[in-house]
Amino acid sequence: MTEPILSVRDLHCHFPVRGAFGRQVGAIRALDGISFELMPGEILGLVGESGCGKSTLGKTIMGIQSPTGGGITFEGAEIAGASPRAAKDRRARLQYAYQDPGASLDPRWRIGRSLEEPLIIHTGLGAAERGRKVRDILAAVGLPESHLERYPHEISGGQQRRVGLARILMLNPKVVILDEPTSGLDVSVQATVLSLFRDLREEFDLTYMFISHDLSVVRMMCHRVAVMYLGRIVEIGPTQEIFAAPKHPYTQSLLAAIPRIGGPRVVDTFWLKGEPPDASRLPKGCRFQGRCPHATAICLSDDPALRGAGGSAAACHFAGEVSPPAPIRRALP
Amino acid sequence: MTDALLTISDLSLGFRGEAGFAHILDGVNLTMRPGEIMGLVGESGCGKTTLARAILGVLPRAALELRGGAIGFRGTDMLADGAAQAAIRGRRITFIPQDPFSSLNPVFTIGEQIDDLMKWKSPRRGEGGRWPALLAPYGRSRRAADRAAVIETLEAVQLPQPERLLRKYPHEVSGGQRQRLMIAMALLPEPDLIIADEPTTALDVTIQAQILGLLRRLASERGVAVMLTTHDLGSAWEICDAITVMYAGQDVEAAPVTEFFRAPAHPYTNKLLASLPDAEGGGAMTGIPGEVPDFLAPPPGCRFAPRCERASAACATRPAQTPRGPGHLVRCVHPVAAPVHAEAEA
Repeated sequence: MTEPILSVRDLHCHFPVRGAFGRQVGAIRALDGISFELMPGEILGLVGESGCGKSTLGKTIMGIQSPTGGGITFEGAEIAGASPRAAKDRRARLQYAYQDPGASLDPRWRIGRSLEEPLIIHTGLGAAERGRKVRDILAAVGLPESHLERYPHEISGGQQRRVGLARILMLNPKVVILDEPTSGLDVSVQATVLSLFRDLREEFDLTYMFISHDLSVVRMMCHRVAVMYLGRIVEIGPTQEIFAAPKHPYTQSLLAAIPRIGGPRVVDTFWLKGEPPDASRLPKGCRFQGRCPHATAICLSDDPALRGAGGSAAACHFAGEVSPPAPIRRALP
Repeated sequence: MTDALLTISDLSLGFRGEAGFAHILDGVNLTMRPGEIMGLVGESGCGKTTLARAILGVLPRAALELRGGAIGFRGTDMLADGAAQAAIRGRRITFIPQDPFSSLNPVFTIGEQIDDLMKWKSPRRGEGGRWPALLAPYGRSRRAADRAAVIETLEAVQLPQPERLLRKYPHEVSGGQRQRLMIAMALLPEPDLIIADEPTTALDVTIQAQILGLLRRLASERGVAVMLTTHDLGSAWEICDAITVMYAGQDVEAAPVTEFFRAPAHPYTNKLLASLPDAEGGGAMTGIPGEVPDFLAPPPGCRFAPRCERASAACATRPAQTPRGPGHLVRCVHPVAAPVHAEAEA
């Protein structure tokens, strides 16, 4: 059994809600007891609706947010709440790809300068070596060398995505957290960017944490999937298992919401009502109770823990016992 | 066809800028029948939004250059008659914007903004009158009738507690609720056609399923035609009756929805479908090599030719619309043959 490269234990990140005179009147529980392990070479998908804490989790692991509780171990060392100096060393090996690469590149810098910057900060390489490395990586992400002289606005969204990735690869990271790497891309471009992710993983021996709300992309890319709902992982397991037999009612409804071309229309049969409740006023008991079609008395009083056998687990009192409700056929003229 | 609601024929327009003339729409043909939900599908930069704005007549006038063609809506020539177009805009044709987060004014309550809409675009507003438009009174009886219609429509789009919602500011409601509001505001003038510009791209998949279902149900209940521009073939499959595919400012294929997904004929359509991640897992996901052509110097004839492996010299002139089946039109010299086995499945 290999050691996990990154493990997260009972991670909490609460944001205070302040009332008059700065008095704390509540807390938004963005992360509320997250635990998982990331094995070397694995792609772990992290899915959920917007506002469920996916990006906060990524940023807390990176140290951009400091956690209010729990621990993070990266390559055997505790990194939660580390000092900025210690954090700098590890940032080279743990990298975060931002959601919008167009906004995370300096508009006044040419691509070449943006790519060189991490090498200047983190390594002592000379100018000639830096130039060689930049050209190598640029070729690896499939961009022509002429792009080094361009500005970010002169290249397309798919190319910006590649530049963002090239910038991360400069420092030979071990783990890359990809935050919504395909949002805003057209399907034809998305396909090429995803296959690039796969190729780079082989070439540079990377481990990905793949944050996305697009389940069909996650299904294709990831070995394991963690489903988040309101700051907590409600189901985690191998991709095949989750997609074939989801145990948590929330996972079941997420999967049912994907349009299937040629299949039955989702809009006729979709049962999930409403939107997630306010994260600062979570109900007692299971946090999915308000939208769950199977909620009973125990769901209103007891918060289910993540439990399961083998590699998969679900946080539901009736995990594995419930199946999606029978399609409600609405009469369509 | 005589019963057409909207007819666009050979519409050709572009924008003149410092770099030259950008030819955005190149001979677009499109027909919509009353009550039909049509999906206008294409990747970003293919001219979907420009087409939608041309119908509404809200393109920037200073840079716009019309090269020919016509937009007919219920017998009105939308391009020739500016006053008629202005009367139709917002009343007979309404718009659902892509981004529900930036399309409400943050400093006014939702109720104030809906009242403003109803003051000008309510179906109960009389035309003309003896007052100049800006001084025209907003009578008490019409105000009450409008308010009743607002509450009724907000309930129809499943917004909880509409009375309370009207007193809230836009930042107090979620993205899904804002998009429901946008649908309600598009329905309130009781239009014949709603142009929905990517209404679900900013939303989660669960909310998307709810919103699309709502749009389809309300459109068919009220007999409103919907033009749904989208880049997502999945949501087009969900609610559309017919699909028109655009590539780089040209319409390439139009077909009823089942026919479209059963036997796509244009090479671009085929590649687009092959790029989709398969919902059942796996899937080749080939993507399309190359990039959308430069609108300043587009290739002559079929604009997909430079990326197409079937292209030949004949592609340098634009092929005419060729019928392939009932309602199925394709513009291609070398169309892809219909799959043989598909007959058995369908």
